[in-house]
Amino acid sequence: MSDHTSHAPNRSGLWDWLTTVDHKKIGILYLIAGGFFFILGGVEAMLIRLQLIYPEAKFVAAGTFNELITMHGTTMIFLAVMPVIFGLMNAIVPLQIGARDVAFPFVNALGFWLAALGGLLLNTSWFLGGAPDVGWTAYATLSSNHKFSTLGTDFYVLGLQIAGLGTLIGGINFLVTIINMRAPGMTFMRMPLFTWSSFVTSALILFAFPALTVGLVFLMFDRIFGANFFNPDAGGNIVIWEHIFWIFGHPEVYILILPAFGIISEVVSTFSKKRLFGYSSMVFATILIGFLGFMVWAHHMFTTGLGPIANTLFGIATMLIAVPTGIKIFNWLLTLWGGHIRFTTANLFAVGFIPTFTIGGMTGVMLAVPPADYQYHDSYFVVAHFHYVIVGGLVFGLFAGLYYWWPKMFGKLLNETLGKWHFWTFFIGFHLTFFPQHFLGLMGMPRRVFTYLPGQNLEMGNLISSIGVIGMALGSIIFAINMVVAAKSKKAAGNDPWDARTLEWAIPSPAPEYNFAQTPLVRGLDALWTEKMAGNKGMTPAEPLGSIHMPSPSFLPFLMSLGLFVAGYGFIYAGQWGTYIVAIAGIAFTLLCMLLRSLYDDHGYHIEPDEIEEKGVKA
Amino acid sequence: MKSRWQLNWRLLSMVMALALVLTGCGRENLSALVPKGPVAEQQLFLMVLTSAIMIGVFLIVMIIFAYVLIRYRQRPGQTGIPKQVEGNHKLEILWTVIPFLLLIVMAVPTVAIAFDLAKEYNNKEAVQVNVTAHQFWWEFEYPDLGVRTAQELVIPAGKKVQFHVTSADVIHAFWIPALGGKIDTNPGLTNKIWLEAKEPGTYYGKCAELCGASHALMDFKVQALEASAFDDWAKKMKAATEAPAATATGTAAQGREIFQKSCIGCHAIGSEGGKLGPNLTNFGERKLVAGIKPNDAQHLAEWLKNPQEVKPGNTMPNLNLQDDQVSALVEYLHSLKVTQ
Repeated sequence: MSDHTSHAPNRSGLWDWLTTVDHKKIGILYLIAGGFFFILGGVEAMLIRLQLIYPEAKFVAAGTFNELITMHGTTMIFLAVMPVIFGLMNAIVPLQIGARDVAFPFVNALGFWLAALGGLLLNTSWFLGGAPDVGWTAYATLSSNHKFSTLGTDFYVLGLQIAGLGTLIGGINFLVTIINMRAPGMTFMRMPLFTWSSFVTSALILFAFPALTVGLVFLMFDRIFGANFFNPDAGGNIVIWEHIFWIFGHPEVYILILPAFGIISEVVSTFSKKRLFGYSSMVFATILIGFLGFMVWAHHMFTTGLGPIANTLFGIATMLIAVPTGIKIFNWLLTLWGGHIRFTTANLFAVGFIPTFTIGGMTGVMLAVPPADYQYHDSYFVVAHFHYVIVGGLVFGLFAGLYYWWPKMFGKLLNETLGKWHFWTFFIGFHLTFFPQHFLGLMGMPRRVFTYLPGQNLEMGNLISSIGVIGMALGSIIFAINMVVAAKSKKAAGNDPWDARTLEWAIPSPAPEYNFAQTPLVRGLDALWTEKMAGNKGMTPAEPLGSIHMPSPSFLPFLMSLGLFVAGYGFIYAGQWGTYIVAIAGIAFTLLCMLLRSLYDDHGYHIEPDEIEEKGVKA
Repeated sequence: MKSRWQLNWRLLSMVMALALVLTGCGRENLSALVPKGPVAEQQLFLMVLTSAIMIGVFLIVMIIFAYVLIRYRQRPGQTGIPKQVEGNHKLEILWTVIPFLLLIVMAVPTVAIAFDLAKEYNNKEAVQVNVTAHQFWWEFEYPDLGVRTAQELVIPAGKKVQFHVTSADVIHAFWIPALGGKIDTNPGLTNKIWLEAKEPGTYYGKCAELCGASHALMDFKVQALEASAFDDWAKKMKAATEAPAATATGTAAQGREIFQKSCIGCHAIGSEGGKLGPNLTNFGERKLVAGIKPNDAQHLAEWLKNPQEVKPGNTMPNLNLQDDQVSALVEYLHSLKVTQ
């Protein structure tokens, strides 16, 4: 422990947000960034559906369309849903395990700024000669050779490299946090499911993102330094990119969906007033899904020509994932069974998740059959499938989580009437958009086509699909209005608006900067519910009221990320005069910031008990 | 035993196909739901089998789902706390074991069909075709027949065709939904796939892997001919390849001159000319220009005047041809016929 005791730094406004290391504020920053990129990706999606509304439409040119699909996929996955997931993890996981912050608050801020600036770098390509147009999967040689792709692909490589670094750092931070920072009595098998799924997701990030890093380095070397990893004319092999990409890419799907599983488990349990049915099998299923997620990447490559042995092995391994996923679905249903179900907006999204995700899972099993996949592959059937999983599964889950934890993050409840409008417009719009796409694919419509010819019986499905987008857009706008209404509302949410079960609801909303005035003692699964059933008003403290050690804010995480952001441009424009100087200067600046961080001892500050009591928190 | 099994699924898939055509699910000879060959039939069988099992599972989930949501929603004035249930071992084992059994039902035919489709047929058993994908057109070579053509694949009906597919530039995917699933064309590597059309007819092919600006326009046609008609076609194509018609009359002769000067660097007629663009030996008999537009004078002229307008990003340059040069070329190109 440090003997330097300083006072809480007095910062406000923009400066506060640029320097914060508080996990709750970083959570909000992640939500803002995710929301911004969600709007971008959404506008891109609307333009895509506009262009496909009827055959041979001319709203968007062929090249621009490919930029739109590439940026829609890349933005939604890396820059919209990942940040929102990290936002919720940041805001909630430390509270659920009774911690005062994450294990590495400084690194936490660094992870955010890397992800945000990496995303920004990628998106500036729109104004600097065109966005990447090779698909979010960026298959070589289309992506690896300047002959076939524009500078936009360099933005893709560098932008994702920087953003991926941030994600990797964030994942490591949450692993350490969940292993080391749990309150007394919070054993692994008492952790709420959202914390469990965040834990498994972080482990997947730790193993999956390095594969992406390696792949992007290869691609960068091919594009910028004339290497030949993916150049068949020089002995390179294009299938290697597919393997590397999907060794990252498939676990990425589970990185996305597992936190949604966690959210649904919390929401369904709270709003049926029952403990989660089959808690241990839920934990087991989460870990098993995470493990199997690494064993199935080649099911994205059935048509690559790997041969029937590889194809059927990967196909059957993929089918196996249906078993733990089925366990989850039935456990949720049995949690609802016999409960007193309240249909709040959060629960509507959770309940809407069940059939929608089940459909996505079913088409997933169908896709796991290699010979049938030869027909589905790269057709609109696949587009329908992964939108059912990622929108119908993950995004529904995130909306459920946002409605559920909004009061904990901001101290205000989101409006329930608007919430119900949001749910129904989004739910109906979603199914209208994506259900017909299953059939479009089987009727011979490949994915990523900027148009289709008339007279192929594809008109009706595309028209319905494009109309459905209106519902999803409307739902998103209603959600935006709801946020404003909630911000203006004067009604405070209180500590525990949902009569919930887990630790985060034992403290004020929003949580004070130190979270828990006294670290709580956890005496069972559903820590708060256990106390409620024992007739206690709140948690039993595990320590006397004392001085709380807090980390100091710092501007360095932002500056470190800025250095890499600038270096990114140096590499993108490599070969032109002076650009290597920019690259080297940017990296040197980042290293300098790291040196500063290492040499300058900052022991943080303390919040004294009298300050805690002044703030009106009951111990 | 296998034959009865095959008969059953053929019947099943035929019934399915009929139902789908009646309900308007897709254009015939394009849709994977209306199979026109044994490969697509086996694939449709797997699709129907897995969908049936999955829809069954979905219905069970939905029945429980609906019951739970209606029966256990909170009633006004309802108080108290529901019974906190930890779990139920019997139920949990049940919904672990049953999915396993269902997976086995799916896995067995999956493996059988996957290996059947991966068989390779030599030139005694099947017509051999080398497919090379280009941005954004298809090249077809029949090594045993001495024939090279583009954009319109000609195959014998009722006979297996063994394809050897590769790419000259980026990854494309070779897909004829009505005949069977797709296979990637990988630059630097060769993939193999066999297909068969049961009946003579015209089938529609597509590129299924994003390959650049005009990925959406990289369509091709498949003509399945009676075996004798196919042999006749191959013979005439071979003759035309070895000795392309050297004479042309009237405006077509002017067109030939322009072609010899400006086009032959990339396009071959017979064995004369470059290989960068599609071989045009039998162009006058093809149904489509650039794989997408009807092959009439108007559309061909539009294509020759500005190829980038019709198919953005393709490698054919705009030759800035005058109107009379264009009509001469149209005349000439339409005179390139082999079978008549």
